[in-house]
Amino acid sequence: MQMYEIVKSEKLTPDVIKLEIKAPHIARKAKAGQFIMVTPSEHGERIPLTMADFSPEKGTVTIAALEVGKTTKQLGKMKAGDSVFSLVGPLGLPTELHKYGNVVSIGGGIGLALMYPVVRAFRQAGNHTINIIGAKNEKLLIYENDIKSVSDEFFVCTDDGSKGHHGFVSDVLKKLIAENKKIDVVYAVGPIIMMKVIANITKPHNIHTVVSLNPIMVDGTGMCGSCRVIIDGKTKFGCVDGPEFDGHKVDFENLTARNKRYIPEEQLAMKRFTEAK
Amino acid sequence: MPEEEKKPKRLVPKKYPMPEQSPQERVKNFNEVPLGQDAQTAIQESQRCLQCKPGPNRKLCMDGCPVEIEIPRFIKKVQEGNFEEAIRIIREKQNLPAVCGRVCPYENQCEGNCIVGKKNEPVGIGRLERFLADWERNQQKHGKIQMPPSTGKKVAVVGAGPAGLTVAGDLAKLGHKVTMFEALQYCGGVLIYGIPEFRLPKEIVRAEVDYIRRSGVEIHNDHVIGKLDTVDELLKEYDAVFVGTGAGLPDWTNLNGENLNGIMSANEYLTRVNLMKAFKFPEYDTPIRVGERVVTIGGGNVAMDCARTSLRLGCKESVILYRRSDAELPARREEVHHAQEEGVRFELLAAPVKFIGDDCGNVKQVEAIRMQLGEPDASGRRRPMKIEGSNFIIDAQTVLIAIGQSPNPLVPMTTPDLKTTKEGTIAVDQEGRTSKKGVWAGGDIASGAATVILAMGDGKRAAKSMHRFLTEDKSWPAPEVFEKLSCEM
Repeated sequence: MQMYEIVKSEKLTPDVIKLEIKAPHIARKAKAGQFIMVTPSEHGERIPLTMADFSPEKGTVTIAALEVGKTTKQLGKMKAGDSVFSLVGPLGLPTELHKYGNVVSIGGGIGLALMYPVVRAFRQAGNHTINIIGAKNEKLLIYENDIKSVSDEFFVCTDDGSKGHHGFVSDVLKKLIAENKKIDVVYAVGPIIMMKVIANITKPHNIHTVVSLNPIMVDGTGMCGSCRVIIDGKTKFGCVDGPEFDGHKVDFENLTARNKRYIPEEQLAMKRFTEAK
Repeated sequence: MPEEEKKPKRLVPKKYPMPEQSPQERVKNFNEVPLGQDAQTAIQESQRCLQCKPGPNRKLCMDGCPVEIEIPRFIKKVQEGNFEEAIRIIREKQNLPAVCGRVCPYENQCEGNCIVGKKNEPVGIGRLERFLADWERNQQKHGKIQMPPSTGKKVAVVGAGPAGLTVAGDLAKLGHKVTMFEALQYCGGVLIYGIPEFRLPKEIVRAEVDYIRRSGVEIHNDHVIGKLDTVDELLKEYDAVFVGTGAGLPDWTNLNGENLNGIMSANEYLTRVNLMKAFKFPEYDTPIRVGERVVTIGGGNVAMDCARTSLRLGCKESVILYRRSDAELPARREEVHHAQEEGVRFELLAAPVKFIGDDCGNVKQVEAIRMQLGEPDASGRRRPMKIEGSNFIIDAQTVLIAIGQSPNPLVPMTTPDLKTTKEGTIAVDQEGRTSKKGVWAGGDIASGAATVILAMGDGKRAAKSMHRFLTEDKSWPAPEVFEKLSCEM
């Protein structure tokens, strides 16, 4: 059985793990906006994770995960030299890149990990990148310097005011709109509620808004439909038709409900994992 | 039977029974239902074979076999008690005997043509195949694989399901260097993610795959062709490519409420349970949940697998909702019979109308309507028609959609000049050749959703054609052939 070696393991916050994993075949093909399916161990679950970076030169892909459940906690304990059981990718459609003009990208929480390669790609495509990042507090801001390094304009928000704007990323967006800033595209990645709020703000102004969704997946290759999302009243698969969709067409209520499907089982697995320590 | 003792030559009218787990016992576990026969029973069964010789107007067992196993020849060896030679004869043509000995619809194939079967039960050919494959595995006779001299030709096989494994096995036997790419972490395709443990233990699939690996086939798991290399890129490195990516795309009813929680495709349900071993949650991390009543929509083998799996996961009642009658159930009779024995309730001549949810977005009921059968439709089966006003409600906490699968679009989408049909299958000629020179396709990606053995038959034909292409004749059909095929099918 093929295994995939971790070359670097780093805690970005007490609950966010960043792993750089050897997978030259994936690194060679990966594009911004895509994801990979990770199975930490043979008995493990297949979960989709954001690709926070990829390097064809080093032959590695980097994933970042918020340790909320058993599988991500398990990843959180992995060190350089350890291996993951299965790694499949790059999956999903890459971010659609054009020279749009002014691109406002907004990220929150773990979404910031995906946001970094996407805004980097927006900038490489010749766009003026305005980036707004947010977290609960300063300590939970990840990829801040990376995103800043590819920003033409850069805003930081924290819920508690420990850094930057005291409030939500959506406040900054509202302000930009109120100031009549020319905005050609908005890109949002983060908690479902954040993406929904952003989409609601841009809709009356007819600003094209792309969101990156995170439905529950099993295979990640279009086989099962666990990740189905409702887009403009039609069923789409997050894994092959997405993960990015037109934010104005997403049924966020359905996505929120569907992501709660396995909460009791998730809690049980977590309890077993923490007690086994 | 005393009569038999007097005349030992007299034909035993019925197959020797296959020992099975009792229905009461087996609904509580995921172990295989049929337990397999012993050597003595196998020899007795083989003695029911008349060793018919081929004649001009006769259809024999072999004519029914999609992979052309020389059935009378191997049965003769069983009669002589020479199991090693018998399985060797099967393996000349068949790369996955332990699998086909379990899941082949032999009643419509070899056994359907059996002369003994005209007046009695046919010879249990499927059981004999299974016995020999299991015997071989248990004896660990797998050791001696003769490696042929290398031809120096390189072949890529995309998808390690029944079709791909057959192509890989056959071409490796002929000395070609085969590399197989599989998207999932384990090989076997539908044998691993689809067919449940109680019908086909995964250990057996693993052993068969291992045999193919030891024949010199290099296998790359976790490789999604189309996302990693494309078929065009493979063609730069390999002399020929076979595409066997299956019918992985689940079909939906598109009825109101289908995205409620608790409603899932058969593919999701079976993948969670079989590939990810959710039936062993929390020992394995992937969860699955069934409610008190599970309603499975559909009447094929996959629907039977869903309904029977649900019983084993502990639902109180497992119901099949099928729009035609018992006679039209597309599932194998044996599967229907097993499901009935285990207590699956068949709600026939009924079709779903919509799915009704509770306040939290979970399904709680299926609204269905009674059907009656009208004139035969294009498929030859009588067309189901709604009986207006006959709507009724079934409570259900879990609903499984098992109404079919469509071809996996990934390879066609990423291979621009590969011609496809209206149904999304890859257009192929009799030999499995596609519109792209050097590329063959077979199994469900070319035929639509069918059976394991038909996929293997496709693989067999493609392998022959590929071998000819690689060693002697590089000619390829004209593009018009595929233009026509893509319109016709």
